Amino acid sequence: MTHALSPLARERRAYRRSRARRSTLVALLSTVVVAAAIGVAVTQSPGWPRVQVTFLDPASAWRSLPTVLEGLWLNVRVLVVAELGILVLGLLIAVLRTLRGPVFFPVRALATGYVDLFRGIPLLIALYLIGFGLPALRLQGIPTDTAVLGCVALILVYSAYVAEVFRAGIESVHPSQRAAARSLGLTHRQSMRLVVLPQAVRRVLPPLLNDFVALQKDCGLISVLGAVDAIRAAQIDAARTFNFTPYVVAGLLFVLLAIPTGRIADAVAARAARRQGAQ
Amino acid sequence: MKEQQAELVLDVRGLVKRYGTTTVLDGIDIAVGAHQVVTVIGASGSGKSTLLRCVDLLDEVDDGQILLDGVDISDPRADAAAAQRRMAIVFQAFNLFPHMTAVDNISLAPRVVHKVDPGEAHEKALDLLHRVGLDGFADAYPDRLSGGQQQRVAIARALAVRPRLLLLDEITSALDPELVGEVLAIVKEVARGGMTILMATHEMGFAKQVSDQVVFLDEGKVCESGPPERVLGDPTHPRTRQFLARVIAAGWLT
Repeated sequence: MTHALSPLARERRAYRRSRARRSTLVALLSTVVVAAAIGVAVTQSPGWPRVQVTFLDPASAWRSLPTVLEGLWLNVRVLVVAELGILVLGLLIAVLRTLRGPVFFPVRALATGYVDLFRGIPLLIALYLIGFGLPALRLQGIPTDTAVLGCVALILVYSAYVAEVFRAGIESVHPSQRAAARSLGLTHRQSMRLVVLPQAVRRVLPPLLNDFVALQKDCGLISVLGAVDAIRAAQIDAARTFNFTPYVVAGLLFVLLAIPTGRIADAVAARAARRQGAQ
Repeated sequence: MKEQQAELVLDVRGLVKRYGTTTVLDGIDIAVGAHQVVTVIGASGSGKSTLLRCVDLLDEVDDGQILLDGVDISDPRADAAAAQRRMAIVFQAFNLFPHMTAVDNISLAPRVVHKVDPGEAHEKALDLLHRVGLDGFADAYPDRLSGGQQQRVAIARALAVRPRLLLLDEITSALDPELVGEVLAIVKEVARGGMTILMATHEMGFAKQVSDQVVFLDEGKVCESGPPERVLGDPTHPRTRQFLARVIAAGWLT
């Protein structure tokens, strides 16, 4: 439906449009200038020909691509399994930490201790301890597959972070919501599940996606246990040919993997903002 | 005619505001002279709040002009922030900053926007708190105050910038009936002090007492306007009569 606009409004609209066009143009120009300056600075540097040969060799990139891709497939599988485990364990710990009453003191203390321990320990050390320490116990039923062990270490460390994100979300839900739920006769568990958690999870979705992106690249760290993932595959190739290009290939692939998640995070944040604006 | 033009603080001409395909304001003309109180009445959804938000440049207008002291502030080339510095609005839901004490809420704009010396701004804020009857509440946070107290702090916050034009957007609608009086008393005193005010309200009795002019909005248009005795006492338009009858039934006209 179009409305008849006064000449004044039409002129204002045209002015706003021309301002918007000018801003876009300025932004575009400044971006091109900065990019060109960086490009020139890099390619004019004295070591550039050397760097080009060792890091940006197209033949090496093409040759290593299949094995690196194959390694990346392992990363993706580890990522999916680990993320699922992290979400479940993280949410469980967060809920345990919010339990009230003296009866639950040991549970609360355990959950707090877990978060303190695994949030504090460097991921690399957790990987070594679990990847090499667990199999060394020679217990029955302990997996020896390095990818599985790496996955376990990732879950343990990351669920401590994610638990804190969930807990922040749970505590951000106003107490009056819990009061309203309890006043209707819902039990603590029911009000948590039906009223508090849905609001909390929606609120912490952006930081959760942020942790997910961090996990995406940290999946590459399982290579230190010997699992042949993208980084390990690149390392093997680089060691054989004395060319670092495979690392660049693996790095670019990880970036490509992270881009969709980043856009999803943006979309989720924008949707949350719209919802708030509508209120 | 020219003399009168110079007297106008606010002059709204043919204001149009649309949200999507709904036209909320459909060519509004309202003028507020210096030291005048103009009251906008109308049913919920008639565009009262939208009008005030447009005047304060919180919403972009689709057509028409808003002149403040004869200068078109709705022009995209005009300095919106400069115009906003000369107006103040009190919201229906108070909108106090919850992380600041009452006195900090009041002294924020004088300190940060108007570059008043912090000590002086603080003193001034305490004065204003005294004026709205809230001595001793300077260091209280908004969530420790009742609705009426919060709204009084919000009025003090608006007055702190010494606005040329004060906008009041249904400032008692979110209050318990027994708290309405304390807020309206302050507005009455401010009006008597010579402040230029454009307000939206449901309190017809109050509108009758303080207004120089009452404007009845209906479906985004000015349906009827004039002195309060006439518009509220002896309305000519059937829509106005209908609206007032409903308001009287609800017990608002006291």
